[in-house]
Amino acid sequence: MPLVKQGRITTDLFVHVADGAELPGDGAILISAARFLEDPEAILKRAGKAGVIWPNSRAVDDLVPYLDRLAAVALVFPTFRDGRAYSQARLLRERHGYEGELRAIGQILRDQFVFMSRAGFDAFEVKKDADADAFAETMKRYSVFYQPTGDGRVTALNRRMQLRHSESAGQ
Amino acid sequence: MYAYDELDRTLINERVSEFRDQVKRRLSGELTEDEFKILRLQNGVYLQLHAYMFRVAIPYGTLSSKQLRRLAHVARRYDRGYGHFTTRQNIQFNWIKLAELPDALAELADVGIHAMQTSGNNMRNVTSDQWAGVAPGEVEDPRIWSEILRQHTTLHPEFSFLPRKFKIAITASEHDRAAIKIHDIGLRLHKNADGETGFEVLVGGGLGRTPFIAKTIKPFVHGRDILSYVEAILRVYNQYGRRDNIYKARIKILVHELGIEKFAREVEEEWKLMGDVGLTLDHSAIEEVRSRFSYPAYEKLPHMPDELKQAAADPLFERWRKNSVAPHKVQGYSIVTLSLKPVGGPPGDATADQMDAVADLADKYSFGEIRVGHEQNLALPHVAKRDLPQLWRALDRLGLATPNVNLVTDIIACPGLDYCSLANARSIPIAQELTRRFANHDTADMIGRLHINISGCINACGHHHVGHIGILGVEKNGEEFYQITIGGRADENAQMGVLIGPAVPYAEVADVIEDIVEAYLALRDRPEELFVDTVKRLGVEPFKERVYATR
Ligand code: HEM
Ligand code: SF4
Repeated sequence: MPLVKQGRITTDLFVHVADGAELPGDGAILISAARFLEDPEAILKRAGKAGVIWPNSRAVDDLVPYLDRLAAVALVFPTFRDGRAYSQARLLRERHGYEGELRAIGQILRDQFVFMSRAGFDAFEVKKDADADAFAETMKRYSVFYQPTGDGRVTALNRRMQLRHSESAGQ
Repeated sequence: MYAYDELDRTLINERVSEFRDQVKRRLSGELTEDEFKILRLQNGVYLQLHAYMFRVAIPYGTLSSKQLRRLAHVARRYDRGYGHFTTRQNIQFNWIKLAELPDALAELADVGIHAMQTSGNNMRNVTSDQWAGVAPGEVEDPRIWSEILRQHTTLHPEFSFLPRKFKIAITASEHDRAAIKIHDIGLRLHKNADGETGFEVLVGGGLGRTPFIAKTIKPFVHGRDILSYVEAILRVYNQYGRRDNIYKARIKILVHELGIEKFAREVEEEWKLMGDVGLTLDHSAIEEVRSRFSYPAYEKLPHMPDELKQAAADPLFERWRKNSVAPHKVQGYSIVTLSLKPVGGPPGDATADQMDAVADLADKYSFGEIRVGHEQNLALPHVAKRDLPQLWRALDRLGLATPNVNLVTDIIACPGLDYCSLANARSIPIAQELTRRFANHDTADMIGRLHINISGCINACGHHHVGHIGILGVEKNGEEFYQITIGGRADENAQMGVLIGPAVPYAEVADVIEDIVEAYLALRDRPEELFVDTVKRLGVEPFKERVYATR
């Protein structure tokens, strides 16, 4: 499954470690929330970056105390019609100021890229190669955005207000 | 009218190209039908019994003549020459070919029409009063706020994959023509003691399998805060709404399970935590949207022009005028409802020729503007009273002057078993038969206001729960049966109808309705007492006795 990060297909530096499997001594790991919460300090003290896969049925509040020491948070889309992780993503980015990698995992198609990026995701485990290849193209699909989110894209309203300003200044 | 600017147009066109790509991937097999289903539903495309069905949005029910002509063109070019107006200010085409859909969408986009979020588990077309901006006594034009919400809900990056569909309706009049109490969020525009504009916010209304009337979650939310407050409701719903069972996924169930107080606290807490995230609407932002609504340059006209005095001698004209013409906020003008409920016809259907003709009449008599209401009728919102006789003659020729607005034959019905794959029973033929039974307009006049609503299954697309008389198709041993309720209403006093007894077979429905109406005529205490009021006063018993005594 290709990983798209910073707009490009890249090799995944994080190793998914299943619950119960032994943790590698160093290197970046991605583990479940349950495993992480058993002993967060031990995980965070390890040599190598830590990332947590956070289920979409649990409030992100429990993750908040560790956010500044986590290198990645992966949020889950069990099917692409289940949109809970969009809210979690915005909360992590916009309310809790999380700045590390925010990864979308699960059933990820190109049709969600724009939504996800607007919600704060910057890494995507994409199901189909064709969709991963089409990432850059797909991100250009839209140039107009109605809602303000933490992604900093200028909203339609802001553009209109600027236009009014410059029009009235020019008179 | 609201004029789209370059940005609105760009976004609609971008959505068309995206959909074109999605259809292409489906046709090439790159997308499975399962994957494509969710994508097509985001853009109003259902798979029906015979073909794909395509639902197009008419935001807050306002259309220009140019837009209506384009809908007529789509009906002709891509469908079988007609369209069907629905109960949520949409129009549906029943015979669209998938491969041609992107072209139909592109033609609609040319005139600022789209199908975004007309189905699927997202925020649906924001609806409003079809008389918005012209009804006397309105607080202010609710379409300004509907448009603000339309933009905010369009391709929302957080709320496009909700547990279930989500419908918002707005009213600004004392009499609620937008049925806000049966919506997921209902907004009632009003002013607080300081004269500031804001909303009573209601939440959790909806029909279907478990019907609920919406409850007030907050009596006053200032206009500037309405987006953030709605966002807070949606965030709570997106995270906690049930996803394990589609019949329990609507926000009404969450509100019911938590209780309105607890739900309100959750929303309040989220709203406080949200803080300032750029959603506060300052005065200039609201004015920016307001400035793109244009209003006609009304003339100064007499309240009672000579043309109207003369025409009053014609009883047919007078009957139509009394039934279909409503007061306008500007002297000398009126609002004219065009009945899409001819005797023997399917409710809400309009042919392409009718649509073109209505567009011409709108240009001639209504400043090029048309409205669509949730009762599946059209309206011309700015007709000079002196033009009423001429307009009437033209409408009559088109079959659009049936004087039955709000009467027993102004039936709301879903497509039912004739089109719908979920149906238990037929709806349209029942409606057609009832319009024949009550075809005598004098009788219908004498009966007075009476809303009949028909759904072909429990999904309640025909709003049967809130019909004064509700008819619901059920299945019994492979046969079509119908449950009948009475006393429902969808207005500011919204309430669910009460079942009058065991379901009756298809062939008996019209007889039963006739019995109910006869019982009402015998029971009402004076001619002005409406059917619903008689039911309220006496309960269902006397009606039940009448209907089942001989069955
Ligand atoms: C023929 C294709 C149609 C299909 C397959 C269909 C399907 C459905 C379903 C499954 C629901 C229930 C959703 C839920 O409660 O979660 C529903 C609700 C609804 N439908 Fe339809 N529908 C169709 C046509 C229509 C038409 C033609 C109208 C308008 C006349 C309409 C208006 C509505 C409305 C207003 C509701 C909401 C009822 C409520 O408040 O729960 N539908 N539809
Ligand atoms: S109420 Fe049932 S039968 Fe009627 S359109 Fe809706 S889903 Fe189909």
